[in-house]
Amino acid sequence: MAHGKQPDDITVVIKPRSGWEFIDFRELGAYRDLLFFLVWRDIKVIYAQTILGFAWAVLNPLAQIIIFGVVFGHVANVSSDGIPYILFSSVAIIPWTYMSEAMQNSSQSLVAGQGMLDKIYFPRLLFPLTGVLSKLVDFVVSLIILLGLLVYYRVSPTVNLLLLPFFVIYMMLIPAGIGMWLSALAVRFRDVKFALQFIIRMLIYTAPIVYSASAIPARYRLLYSVNPVVGVVEGFRACLLGAAMPWPYILPGLLFALLLVISGAFYFRRMEESFADVI
Amino acid sequence: MSSRDIAINAANISKCFRIGSKEKMHDSIGGALIDFIKRPLKNYRKYRSLYRFDDNNQSKDSDGGTKDSDVLWAINNVSFEIKHGEVVGIIGRNGAGKSTLLKIISKITTPTTGFIELRGRVSSLLEVGTGFHPELTGRENIYLNGTILGMKKREIDIKFDEIVEFSGVEKFIDTPVKRYSSGMRVRLAFSVAAHLEPEILVIDEVLAVGDADFQKKCLNKMQEVGRHGRTVLFVSHNMPSVTRLCERVILLQEGKILKDGPSHKVVSAYLHSGYGTMAVREWLDPAKAPCSDIARLFAVRIRTEDGKISDALDIRQEVRLEMEYEVFSSDFILLPNFHLLNEDGVEVCCLVDLDSEWRNRRRPAGRYITTARIPGNLLSEGTFFVRANLCSLDPLTIQFDVPDAVAFQVIDSLDGDSARGDYAGPFPGVMRPMTSWNTQFSPNGKGVLSPK
Repeated sequence: MAHGKQPDDITVVIKPRSGWEFIDFRELGAYRDLLFFLVWRDIKVIYAQTILGFAWAVLNPLAQIIIFGVVFGHVANVSSDGIPYILFSSVAIIPWTYMSEAMQNSSQSLVAGQGMLDKIYFPRLLFPLTGVLSKLVDFVVSLIILLGLLVYYRVSPTVNLLLLPFFVIYMMLIPAGIGMWLSALAVRFRDVKFALQFIIRMLIYTAPIVYSASAIPARYRLLYSVNPVVGVVEGFRACLLGAAMPWPYILPGLLFALLLVISGAFYFRRMEESFADVI
Repeated sequence: MSSRDIAINAANISKCFRIGSKEKMHDSIGGALIDFIKRPLKNYRKYRSLYRFDDNNQSKDSDGGTKDSDVLWAINNVSFEIKHGEVVGIIGRNGAGKSTLLKIISKITTPTTGFIELRGRVSSLLEVGTGFHPELTGRENIYLNGTILGMKKREIDIKFDEIVEFSGVEKFIDTPVKRYSSGMRVRLAFSVAAHLEPEILVIDEVLAVGDADFQKKCLNKMQEVGRHGRTVLFVSHNMPSVTRLCERVILLQEGKILKDGPSHKVVSAYLHSGYGTMAVREWLDPAKAPCSDIARLFAVRIRTEDGKISDALDIRQEVRLEMEYEVFSSDFILLPNFHLLNEDGVEVCCLVDLDSEWRNRRRPAGRYITTARIPGNLLSEGTFFVRANLCSLDPLTIQFDVPDAVAFQVIDSLDGDSARGDYAGPFPGVMRPMTSWNTQFSPNGKGVLSPK
């Protein structure tokens, strides 16, 4: 056999864990091929045996953009700071759709992957991470449509556009943090699934998705922007539509999102070793 | 022995689980209502307790038991060392802690106390085809399953053709696996596993799947693994394959090591342990008995010619195999049958109910005892494992099937009147029928070799 190494090169010690641990990035790195195939599986399986295939990734957000455009833009006449309402809402709906789907996907990832969890070891973090990454494909597809829409409305790009990658990462932090917290919790308490649906339905109205953040009284602004979804949505708007970057709305949420990810990682790692016993 | 020779070193490992306590019944509407309101808090405590063990109920009594009746020590203070290149079997009854031990070694679950050191790359196979997705093609599943088992994409690229060839599904490699027959799926899954090159292989009873030919191919592949100087840890219920594959066997009972030593010794100790003898296997709890909608097994027994239950039988005497079962429906023609396997895993024979009274006749609901009689002076010496099976006919459907239900030893006491005669040395053959011989003699060759 072509083994370059002596067997003694790798020693693994299995023992009860004590205390809190953070993400083991080296181990995660060793499993990157698996992460790739898990994400690949997720993407491929969703639209398997459908006629429209990937078109569904486009149709769903498109339908929502149209519905919101009609209901809030025309019927309810919500103020959109002078921007065509359809643009105003779609730059928010697209990251929101990603976040809500990725949140649901990654918080159910451990329960859904029960069969694997029980039979083989690999870093458990791959489960929620897969949910966060696989939904990016739908996001990118919708983003391309959005860019088409921007060209159609002759919105000229500004330097703000350069910050888009930053906001994409910010956007991913939210489902990553929530996903680590909730997937670990869902192992014990299946209530998570039902609670999350409720939270998502509520979150859409606590963030400036269908309305403008300027409608919130200034004294509540800090409290309002602790919700990280607010920062992502406002950031996307500023990036794509070229308004001034509203940092006071962005930074509190960003801090909160980072806190969510770090605490989520600790909590996940703490609970990790009992997953297979309890699930 | 230096520590470099050791592949697996387990030191005082224990694992406890909490088994859920019974739910209380309430006998009034009011009680039910109060319970409904209190339920969330109760549930919270219950699910929380599944993973929390307070210090006081984790401490063990002097005899190793627990104070908290709710807590189960699936593995209790187990230590062992396994050298590089050893092929070790782990046996024991259901609930002895075999699977838990494997899960600890595979890192799926952590021990409550103690530690294990593993030197070398470990692959564990608790199931074939973990992560297989029916919508993905064979090719995609090879990569997915391979990476799940710990291979790198590059390694799979190199071995891909070999894996496909071993599985024999070349033609369908780009077809979604959901279109495969279950046999093809298993073959593909096992081929991936068979091409792992770990230094330590941890394997559960995954060989129980697949057709006989493929099982044999897999067993050969495993033996090959052992010969390449790799360490194999093999958990099984199947005594013939354990004795065939492993030179050393660890016997677990109630979470502890009962015996650890050469296979044949430990296996025979196992056969005499547990329920006292392997001559009887009874399922007192109907919920756990092998059953279907049509029939349920109560017991399998081995009796001597005089009707005594025994697991050690004289080679000259009849062996009676008996199964006791209940039939729930009166609509079926049932066919009780026994399979006899020797310690090498060779299927010596299959015995089918030929009782003319019941042949091709529907068996009315009720309780039955069916006995098969194997004549004396037919089986050779050694251990035989009995598989008890009940089929219904038209269409042929298995109602229950219990491999290794019971086992017995055939003993030749060397009295001179058995088929071995006065010869006392090793005597080959899976059968030892009493044959009648005749010799003709003629000092001058006349009248002996006449072809008439």
